[in-house]
Amino acid sequence: MDKKKSNYNVVKFNRWGYIFLIPFFVTYIIFSFIPLCNTIYNSFFENYRSGLKQIGPNLVGVQNYVNLLSTPEVWKYLGNTLIMWIGGFIPQILIALLLAYWFSDPSLRLKGQRFFKTVIYMPNLIMASAFSMLFFALFSDSGPVNQILMSMGLRSEPFKFFQYVAASRILVMFMNFLMWFGNTTILLMAGMLGIDTALYEAAQVDGATASQVFSKITMPILRPIFVYVLITSLIGGLQMFDVPQILTNGRGNPTDSLTTVIMLLNRYLTSKDMGRGGALSVFMFVVTGVLSLIVFKMNSSKEN
Amino acid sequence: MDEITKAKPHGVPIKVRRAIAYIVLIFFSLLCLIWFYILLINSTRSHSEMTLGFTLLPSTHLLDNWTSLINGTIPIARGFLNSLIVSGCTCLLCVYFSAMTAYAINTYRFKGRDAIAAFILAIMMIPGQVTALGFLQLITKIKLDDSLVPLIIPAIASPVTYFYLKQYMESNLPLSLVEAARIDGSNEFRTFNTIILPLIKPAISVQMIFSFVGSWNNYFTPALILHTETKKTLPVMIAELRGADWLRFDMGQIYIMIAASIFPVIIVYLILSEYIVGGVSSGAVKG
Amino acid sequence: MKKKVLATLLTGVMATTLLAGCGNAAAPAADAPAAEAPAAEEAAPAAESEAAAPAAELPEDTGKVLNISAWNEEFKSRLEDHYPGYEKVDGTTGKIGDVTVNWLITPNEENAYQNRLDEILLAQDSASADDKLDLFLVEADYAVKYTDTDYTMALTDLGISADEMKDQYTYTQDVVTDSNGVVKGTSWQGCPGVMIYNREIAKEVFGSDDPATIQPLFSDWDKFYESAGKLDEAGYDVISSTADTFRVYQNNAKLPWVDGNKIQVDDNLIKWVEDSKKLADAGYCNTWGQWGEDWNKGFYPEGKVFAYFGPAWLIDFCMAADVEGSVGHDGGWAATEGPQGFYWGGTWICAAAGTDNANLVADIMRKMTMDPEIMKDIVLKDNDFVNNRPVMEGLAADESYSNAVLGGQNPLKMFCAGADKIDMANLTAYDQGLLGDFQTAMGDYINGNYATIDEAMDQFYTLALQRYPELTK
Repeated sequence: MDKKKSNYNVVKFNRWGYIFLIPFFVTYIIFSFIPLCNTIYNSFFENYRSGLKQIGPNLVGVQNYVNLLSTPEVWKYLGNTLIMWIGGFIPQILIALLLAYWFSDPSLRLKGQRFFKTVIYMPNLIMASAFSMLFFALFSDSGPVNQILMSMGLRSEPFKFFQYVAASRILVMFMNFLMWFGNTTILLMAGMLGIDTALYEAAQVDGATASQVFSKITMPILRPIFVYVLITSLIGGLQMFDVPQILTNGRGNPTDSLTTVIMLLNRYLTSKDMGRGGALSVFMFVVTGVLSLIVFKMNSSKEN
Repeated sequence: MDEITKAKPHGVPIKVRRAIAYIVLIFFSLLCLIWFYILLINSTRSHSEMTLGFTLLPSTHLLDNWTSLINGTIPIARGFLNSLIVSGCTCLLCVYFSAMTAYAINTYRFKGRDAIAAFILAIMMIPGQVTALGFLQLITKIKLDDSLVPLIIPAIASPVTYFYLKQYMESNLPLSLVEAARIDGSNEFRTFNTIILPLIKPAISVQMIFSFVGSWNNYFTPALILHTETKKTLPVMIAELRGADWLRFDMGQIYIMIAASIFPVIIVYLILSEYIVGGVSSGAVKG
Repeated sequence: MKKKVLATLLTGVMATTLLAGCGNAAAPAADAPAAEAPAAEEAAPAAESEAAAPAAELPEDTGKVLNISAWNEEFKSRLEDHYPGYEKVDGTTGKIGDVTVNWLITPNEENAYQNRLDEILLAQDSASADDKLDLFLVEADYAVKYTDTDYTMALTDLGISADEMKDQYTYTQDVVTDSNGVVKGTSWQGCPGVMIYNREIAKEVFGSDDPATIQPLFSDWDKFYESAGKLDEAGYDVISSTADTFRVYQNNAKLPWVDGNKIQVDDNLIKWVEDSKKLADAGYCNTWGQWGEDWNKGFYPEGKVFAYFGPAWLIDFCMAADVEGSVGHDGGWAATEGPQGFYWGGTWICAAAGTDNANLVADIMRKMTMDPEIMKDIVLKDNDFVNNRPVMEGLAADESYSNAVLGGQNPLKMFCAGADKIDMANLTAYDQGLLGDFQTAMGDYINGNYATIDEAMDQFYTLALQRYPELTK
C-alpha cells in the first residue's frame, strides 16, 4: 500500500519537471527557435532595400547560397577569422600551459599566486568594445605607443599599425590573446590541481625532470580540459566581431583583411539585406556545427 | 616509467626555475596592466598635452575631461544606467530560470528527460549571431525594437548557465532533502525557492557575476536593436566614439569615457576576484 | 505676420499641453494621444480667424516635440546661437517656446546615418505624435535618395514660395530638387572650397604668406607636386592626408557615379589615385582617414601640415580655433584657390512628411536659410559661408569684415567666385556609399597593400556590390 502511494506521489511530483521547464522552453522557442527558422526561411528570398524602396521579398530558391558560396568574399572572411583566431589561440594555450604548470607545481611554491591570477584574468572581464577603442587610441599614428617608441629612440617616425595587414592582424590576435590567456590558465590549472599529487611525488622519487613530468603525467590527464578549451575558443573565435569591428570601424581595413564573417553579417543586418544575411547566417550555422563535430570526433577517436 | 627512471635526476636548479617563473609572471602581469595605466594617465591630460608626447605622471585635467564628457552629446550617465538595468535584470532572470531548468532536469524523472537534456546541450553550441536576423525581424514585428526588453527576456533560456548549475546540483544537492521537504508538505515550487536556491548559493553567485559581466560587455545585439541615444547601453556608446568624427578632436574626452566604462568593472572585479577566479576554475573541473 | 503665426502656434501648443495634461491625470497614459487630437482641432479654428494668414494654409501645429535628425552638431549649434527663442536644455534637447526640440544624432560613418534615417522615415506613419520626425538633414552625396520620395515635403507645401528663396545660390536648390523639378529642401550654407594654408610655414618655405605669392605655386597639380617637394625638404607635409584632395578631383569628374544601374569611375578619380600614390610614395603627406586625431594634428603647429582643402565650415567648425595653442587660435591660416575649384559638403534641411509641427518647421527654414539678418549674423559670428548671394557679396566687398582664423584675411570674394561655379549635375543617390568604398579600396593601393590599381578596383566593386546589390559592375 505504502509503496504504491509513494510511487503515485513520485509520478505526481515528476510532473513538476515539465512545469519547471516551461519558462526555458517558451523563451527558447520564441527568441531563438522561431528566429532561427525565420532566418532560414529568409535565406530563400531576395529581400533588401534600395534607397527607401523595399525590393522583394521574392522567392529565389538557393540563389542567395549560390551567390554567397561562388564569390570569394565569404571564404576570404572565413579565412581572416580563422587566421586571427589561430594567431591568438596558439600563444594563448602555450603561455597558459606554462603558467598553469608553474602555478600548480608544488616544488616551485610560487608566492603571490592570487595576485598574479587576479591580474592575468582581468582583461577577460573588460568590455571588448572599450578595450578595442582603447587599443585604437593607443596604437594610432600619434597615439601614446608611437610616442613612447619615438621618445625611446626606437623609431624616428610613427609606425603605422593600422596601415599594414600583418600589423593590424597581429594587434587583433594580441588582444584576443590578452583577453583569454588568463582564463585559459585558470582552467588548465584547475585541471592540473585535480591530478593526484602522489603521481608527482612518485615521479620525483624516480628522479624525473620537470619536462618529463609535464609530458608524461600532466599532459595526458589534461586532455579533456584541452578539448573543452579548444571547442569553446573555436566557437568563440568564429563569432569574432567586437574587436575587429571597432578597431577598423566596420571596414576591416586594410584590404578587407580584418573583416570577419560576423562583420559581413553585421553589414547585411544594418542595411536590412535579409536574403543575403539569411544565407550567411545559415552558412555560419553549418560551419560552426561541422567544426564542433570534427573536434568532438577527433577527441573521441583518440580516446579509443 | 622506464624513461623517467633513466633520466638525469636534476635539470635546472629549482631556484633558477623559480626566478624565471617570477620574471615571466611579472612580464605578463605588466602586459595586462600597462594599457590601463596609459589609459589612466591619458584621461587626466588635456588634448593639447597629449599631442606633445606621453608622460609617466598624470596631469591635472581629469575633472575638465569629465565635465566636457558629461556636457557633451553622448548621454554617458544614461548609458551607464541602461547598462545597469539590462545587466541587472539579465543576471537575475538568467540565474533564477536556469536554476529552475537545472532543477527540473536534475530532480525529476519524467518521460523524455534525457532527450530534453541532450537537446539543451546541443543548442548550447548554436552561436547567437546566426539567429540574429530572425530575432531582429521578430522584435520589430512585436514592436520591441529600440527597447531594452529584448536584451533582457531571452536570458531566461541560457543553456550555458543551466549546464553549470546542473553540474553543480548533481554533485552538491542531495535528493533526500527534496524528499524531506515533500514529507513536510512543502509545495514543489516553494521547495525550490526556499530550500534549493539557498543551498546552491555559491554556484548562483558565480553565475550571477558571469551573466552580469557578459551582458554588461555585450555589443553585437544591442548595437542592432538600440537606436535612440538615450536608450543605448555603454558598449554601443563606446563604439560610437570610433565613428563620431567631431568628437575625436578631443582625445581627453575619449580616454575619460573609456576609463569610465572600464574602471568600475575593474574595481568590482578586485572586490570579488576570489569568487570570480574560483568560479572559472570550478567550472573547468566540472565542465 | 510672423508674430501672429508664432502667437497662433503658441496658443495651439499651450491648449494642447493643458488638455493633454488633464487627460493624463484623469485617464491611463495610453489615452493621452487620443485626448490630444480634439484639443488641437478646437484650438485651430479660433486661431485661424485670428491670424487669417493668406499664404500658409498649414494645419495647426499639434506636436509637442520637434524631432530633428542629424549626423553632427553643426546645425544644432547654429540653431542654438541664431534661432530666436531657442533655449538649450542639455546635450541632445532644447526648447522653442513650449515645444521640446529633440536631436537624434547618428554619426555618418559606414552609412549609419542613412540607415537610421531610413528606419525612422519608414516608421513615420505608425510613430506616435512625440516620435514623429519633423526635420532631417541631408548631404548632397545622398540627397536624391530622400528628395525623390514622398517622405520629404515640398517647400511649397510648407507655404514657402520660390520668391522667398530667390537670394539663394541656385546650385543649393538643384541638390534638393526632385526628378519632377520640385524643391524639397533648403540650406543655409554654400560650400565652395579653397586651399587653407599655414602662414608660418609659407613664410619659412616660400618666403611669403601672401595668397598672391602662394597661389601661382599651387595653381595646378604638377606645380602642387613640385611645391610639395620643397615643403618636404623643409620637414613639412603639403597636406595631412591624400584623402584631403579627393573632393577636389571628385568634383571635377565628368561622369556621375552610377549610370542606370552601372557603376562608373571617372578618369579624374583615377588621376587622384595616381597623384596621391605619387605624393604618398614620396613621403610628401600621409594617408590616414580624415577626421581622425592623426589627420587633425596639423591644426596645431607641431603637426607640421602646410594645407587643408575645405570650405568655410571647415575653417569655422573643425579647425579647433577655440583651442589654445592651435594654429587657428592665433590666426595662423590663409586661404587661396588652390589647383582646382571644388565644393565640399553642405547641409540641407528637409521637412519629413507627416510632421506635426509644420509651421515651426517652415519658420525654422525661413529664419535660418532665408532671413538676411540672421544669415549675416551667422557669417559675422561663425564665419560660415551662407546661402544668400546679396549678403555674401555685400560682405565680400566690406573692408571691415575679416576672418580671425585666417589672420584677418577676407576670403569671401574667393568663396563667392567659387560658389558661382559649383555644378551639382552629377549627383546620384549612391554617392556617399560609393565614394567611401572607392577611397577605402584605393587607400589600400596608395598604402602599398595592393600592387596595382586593378586589384584595388576589384576590391572597390566587391565592397560596392556588398553595399548596393542592385548595382552592377
